[in-house]
Amino acid sequence: MPELIALEERQRHAARGLDPNNPLEVVAPGTTFETVSEQISSIVLTRKVPLFWWCTFGFGLFLFVVFGIAITYLLAKGIGIWGVEIPVAWAFAITNFVWWIGIGHAGTLISAFLLLMNQSWRSSINRFAEAMTIFAVMCAGMFPLFHLGRAWIFYWILPYPNTMTAQPNFRSPLVWDVFAVSTYFTISVLFWYIGMIPDLGTLRDRAEGGFKKGFYGVLSFGWRGSSHHWKLHKTACLLLAGIATPLVLSVHTVVSFDFTIAILPGWHSTIFPPYFVAGAIYSGFAMVLVLGIPLRSVYGLHNLITVRHLNNCGKLMLVTGLFLAYTYLIEPFTAWYSGNGFEMYTIHNRAVGPHSWSYWLVILLNVVIPQALWFYKVRTRVIPLFTVSMVVLVGMWVERFMIIVTALDRDFLPSSWSNFVATFWDNAMFWGSIGMFIVLFMLFVRFLPMIPMSEVRELLPFSRPGGGTEK
Amino acid sequence: MNEFGTYGMVAEFDNPTDLVEAAHEIKKKGYRRLEAYTPYAIKDLEEIIPGRNLVPPIVLIGGLIGSATAWTMEYYIAAIDYPINVGGRPLYSWPMFIPILFELTVLFAGTFAFVGTLALCGLPRPHFPLFNLPEFSGASSSRFFLCIERRDPLYDSELTAAFFRELNPIGVWEVENV
Repeated sequence: MPELIALEERQRHAARGLDPNNPLEVVAPGTTFETVSEQISSIVLTRKVPLFWWCTFGFGLFLFVVFGIAITYLLAKGIGIWGVEIPVAWAFAITNFVWWIGIGHAGTLISAFLLLMNQSWRSSINRFAEAMTIFAVMCAGMFPLFHLGRAWIFYWILPYPNTMTAQPNFRSPLVWDVFAVSTYFTISVLFWYIGMIPDLGTLRDRAEGGFKKGFYGVLSFGWRGSSHHWKLHKTACLLLAGIATPLVLSVHTVVSFDFTIAILPGWHSTIFPPYFVAGAIYSGFAMVLVLGIPLRSVYGLHNLITVRHLNNCGKLMLVTGLFLAYTYLIEPFTAWYSGNGFEMYTIHNRAVGPHSWSYWLVILLNVVIPQALWFYKVRTRVIPLFTVSMVVLVGMWVERFMIIVTALDRDFLPSSWSNFVATFWDNAMFWGSIGMFIVLFMLFVRFLPMIPMSEVRELLPFSRPGGGTEK
Repeated sequence: MNEFGTYGMVAEFDNPTDLVEAAHEIKKKGYRRLEAYTPYAIKDLEEIIPGRNLVPPIVLIGGLIGSATAWTMEYYIAAIDYPINVGGRPLYSWPMFIPILFELTVLFAGTFAFVGTLALCGLPRPHFPLFNLPEFSGASSSRFFLCIERRDPLYDSELTAAFFRELNPIGVWEVENV
């Protein structure tokens, strides 16, 4: 039956006049155990580093330096250098935090949830998607940390015996957030690393030269691929996937609790947890495509990241985007149906207030333009798909900005209203965090196997005993 | 022959079909100290080369320890050590403890899964006798290896090697225990 479906898909693909060299298979024909190992490990070990890598890394490094300067100035002066004030005390910092952590969610979804669902196509994209998760969470963590004001005593939010005899309040979602994000980061790193151990073993065995061999040998923990080890490894990966799936949903739910547990109109709403989780996965898949499409063409990975992957990611973006469109529709409805004047005024303020540009931009970027994903030709062609993904990334940032600023700047008392204006340092922190992400991701691409070789080998038709040979 | 003696007899195959058939044959012959080394997980080998899998109970124990730690910590701090009276609401407000209880359960279960799996595998172990065989580096890319250890009561340098050669390998070696 699967063969029949594949045949049908291929015919449909051909009938649409698309490039037959860009197959719909999960792994292109002609791939063998040896070619996969050589293709992926040579990127790290032998091939010349492409100009694209140096340019992107250089650009990232420049922004990263900007980030360093912004943080240094911030620590010297205090958060007054940002545009934040009462009542808009969150603004850019929390917008960036929610945006980054949301991006991470698609990586865990691909590596954990799709593994449990037995979606074998996920294998070749799960490693870099999960690296994306880890680096996105690192960028996310920067913002609440520096938003604290006195970042050097951040450990006061942790429960530990101290001479102040004070302890955190476990009824506060801000404390839940500390636990949720740190657990998410730890589990993502462990899951990513345990999956990478066999591939690090491959790099160790293929490396020439004592230093490289030693480096990957230490990282691989001496993996030797014995059948007993594989069994334990598989079980551990499945169990980690099983606990990471509810974890990823809990993380953005807790992030949304930061908003909903406040009584502010526009925040105090039960739709927030699913609203935030859908938005997170939406922006995350956009980032997977924004990273995957260039990697695929620069490193010639068309046989491993195929049109099928692009198509599936496009579909998932469309679905989560529709969830989001639904919540955009429900929000004004509940405000109207509540009969509460403050709730209704928040919606009114969003649509025609001083930041109404953000509301209409969100509708355009997150709802209108992504409808292009209904079309097969958009989902399977790299340039339109890349463009839509960029649009969604921008749209999701603006959405978080809209949620935070338009709710805070017009609260209950008109005497406390204000307007938020971003300063240079707000922008420097935001773009700087993008630099940090680029630097980390480029180092990952350069030094670690970005496609899980051992999992791709399992997808090859002759990988099962009795499945024929390579020739 | 060095002072540590022989580790075992190794056969190399270039496809999983031959490997699994050979493993079956070796089992039938009565060998017990058998291990396969492959570049990816092969499910069929799990039945031929059985072994205990203690990862699930370890993860369960980790999760339970995490839950217990979280609940104890939250109860002790919120109700005994640092009680905060919020409008007369109960100090032991357990529904508000659930998010952290869940997060710590996951954190402990996941950490136990990682550390437990490595410990059960006996890793990190940078050196292993089979690494002495130059051909063994293929086991992480495209080659499949079977090893009968010397500890096996049926092990005999010549007979075992002769038996291996009948199983369609591309090479047979005796590996020293260095």
